[in-house]
Amino acid sequence: MQKRVIFRSKSLPYLLVLPQIVITLVFFFWPSYQALESSFFIEDAFGFSREWVGLRNYAELFADPGYLRSFRTTLIFGLSVAALALGMSLGLAVAANRVLRAAQVYRTLLIWPYAVAPALAGVIWYFLMNPSMGIVAYWLEGLGVEWNHYVNGDQALLLVVVAAAWKQVSYNFLFFLAGLQSIPKSLIEAAAIDRAGPIRRFWTITLPLLSPTTFFLLVVNLVYAFFDTFALIHATTEGGPADATSVLVFRVYNTGFIGQDYGSSAAQSVILMALVMGMTFIQFRYVERKVNY
Amino acid sequence: MTFKTILTATTALAIAAPAFAADKAQVQFWHAMGGELGTIVDKFATDYNAGSETCQINAIYKGNYTENMTAAIAAFRAGEQPHVVQVFEVGTATMMAAEDKGAVYPVYKLMQDAGVDFDQSAYLPAVISYYTDTDDNLLSLPFNSSTPVMWYNKTALDAAGVAVPTTWDEVEAAARALKANGVEKPFSMGWQSWTQIENFSAWHNIPMASEENGFASLKTEFTFNNDAVVNHIQRIADMGKEGLFGYGGRRGDSRGMFVNGETALWINSSGYYGGFKTDIKDFEFGQTMLPLETSVADAPQNSIIGGATLWVLNGHQSDEYKCVAEFFQYLSQPEQQAFWHQNTGYVPITTAAYELSKEQGFYETDPGTDTAIKQLSLNAPTPNSKGIRFGNFVQARDVINEELEAVWAGDKTAREALDAAVKRGNALLRKFEDANS
Repeated sequence: MQKRVIFRSKSLPYLLVLPQIVITLVFFFWPSYQALESSFFIEDAFGFSREWVGLRNYAELFADPGYLRSFRTTLIFGLSVAALALGMSLGLAVAANRVLRAAQVYRTLLIWPYAVAPALAGVIWYFLMNPSMGIVAYWLEGLGVEWNHYVNGDQALLLVVVAAAWKQVSYNFLFFLAGLQSIPKSLIEAAAIDRAGPIRRFWTITLPLLSPTTFFLLVVNLVYAFFDTFALIHATTEGGPADATSVLVFRVYNTGFIGQDYGSSAAQSVILMALVMGMTFIQFRYVERKVNY
Repeated sequence: MTFKTILTATTALAIAAPAFAADKAQVQFWHAMGGELGTIVDKFATDYNAGSETCQINAIYKGNYTENMTAAIAAFRAGEQPHVVQVFEVGTATMMAAEDKGAVYPVYKLMQDAGVDFDQSAYLPAVISYYTDTDDNLLSLPFNSSTPVMWYNKTALDAAGVAVPTTWDEVEAAARALKANGVEKPFSMGWQSWTQIENFSAWHNIPMASEENGFASLKTEFTFNNDAVVNHIQRIADMGKEGLFGYGGRRGDSRGMFVNGETALWINSSGYYGGFKTDIKDFEFGQTMLPLETSVADAPQNSIIGGATLWVLNGHQSDEYKCVAEFFQYLSQPEQQAFWHQNTGYVPITTAAYELSKEQGFYETDPGTDTAIKQLSLNAPTPNSKGIRFGNFVQARDVINEELEAVWAGDKTAREALDAAVKRGNALLRKFEDANS
């Protein structure tokens, strides 16, 4: 029988959620509203004059082929990062789950990169891959690969994808490992007795039972790739060469902070916000149906 | 995350000022001088503070030029602006527009109000003409001014048996000889818009935009997709295909290529001198004037400056501004200027500092260090060569960077890229005109 807990006074529950609501209002709704408002104006850098221009900032964005290209870049970037980060961490988690000796050491080492700040991760990759002095670039040259992400846009995109995925692997690893450990041993043993091999056991038992974790991580990883990779790109490629790695969030920064064009920058962040809301909606509406809880 | 949150965060960082020394008037000075240069800026501030009873200059490094300027603007909007901010030359139009609206305290007026002796004619005309208003009043104090020169690896040139090139044909020939002699990417450059478009145009006395390169009015339109510049960019692109030119990134990112000998001819600011002197040990290096494109002009005109000036922002106490004026006076003295010039490679901003360096025999012990100043004062500046003044130019330069990178990658021809850059750049100019008229 379920035990029901009821608050005696009506105001207490509201009081308890109040701090969270205040924080959301101040740090999310208020800036969002301001972004929405600024997107209808053009203003000078120092904020002396403001002119209402209606939807002009938006119209200009969609007339700019560079901005439209940015959508494509962002999509490729986001999907690659999510796929790479999820794939690698799942593999590592499965492997770490089987390790008997010194398991704690492996786990700690795998979780380590998560503690590295994004900007620092960017700098590390910048040094590793620098065409003149990077050690990895030097190895690649030994293998006959001409590495110069300052010129080659595909290489630059590959660089930021790998760097961003590397940064996220630890986080995914933690969740996958926890997910794996919560799968009842008896199920797997039963399958083993029925002569299902390790690969078959993985596909038919482990993976479906991990699906809630995978779904959660997919959402988190996409949001990460869309929003939180700014510092990393800023520290490695700065959106270049040409605009090969200029993802939407980087453009918001570039327009607003380098260009001092606050109106257009605000319009871009509004579009980005709408995009993520749409994406999350689609994920919960359609992808979640395939998840077994 | 919206951009306003980033704005708030930047501002919060900006407010975190260093510890205050007691009782003295506090002046915040935000600059973008890292490494060697930062050490010298700190030294100036410390020396000045030691000699002043009433003033304390707090010199704070805020990141690169764009970051510094952005931080100051964000701080201004939040009412927490520093007294002095170092702004690079492409931010000039933005700062001038802000001056019209009262955000900036012009230097000539600051000096007047503070009663500090200030003689504008003591400054080198080629340097200050970039920063004066239409009535010839100085708006900001030139601090670190440089101009692009061609750096060369003398050891590598000697080994390949070629003389220091003076024309672009010679550059190409020398690069070929260097390549044959094992230099990986013989030619490279940094700050490509500044060195290969802005200065290339001035050096050959051709306009890069209408309305006197933007000095005359906000209606200016870019014209740098002319044949001379297109052919020049195409030449570099062709050199790249042949392996004679290697692109090393924006700004000074390719510096490492010159220092480690991968590149032997490198066009970039004369301001790299100080760092090179300490970092380059295994070869002899030198600097020479920019190469001439003989099909465009018979003789060079003059190059234009880059680097940064110090702008004073409004909204503080008058005793603090008096300190700023005194500090500026201190910085302009021949001793400081000569020290700065000789240790960094930036040009001296006053004639007296140039004379002092001559007297001290600096140009004999460090030959080539007067290249920049000679280039700047080669001829009396024409409307095509006195400088450029474009709104949104930080963004326009990014556009130029993007388009040029497409050329270096072989995705576009020089003609296509420059046409696109002009078109996109003009849209930015119109937007600035709208926001500031």
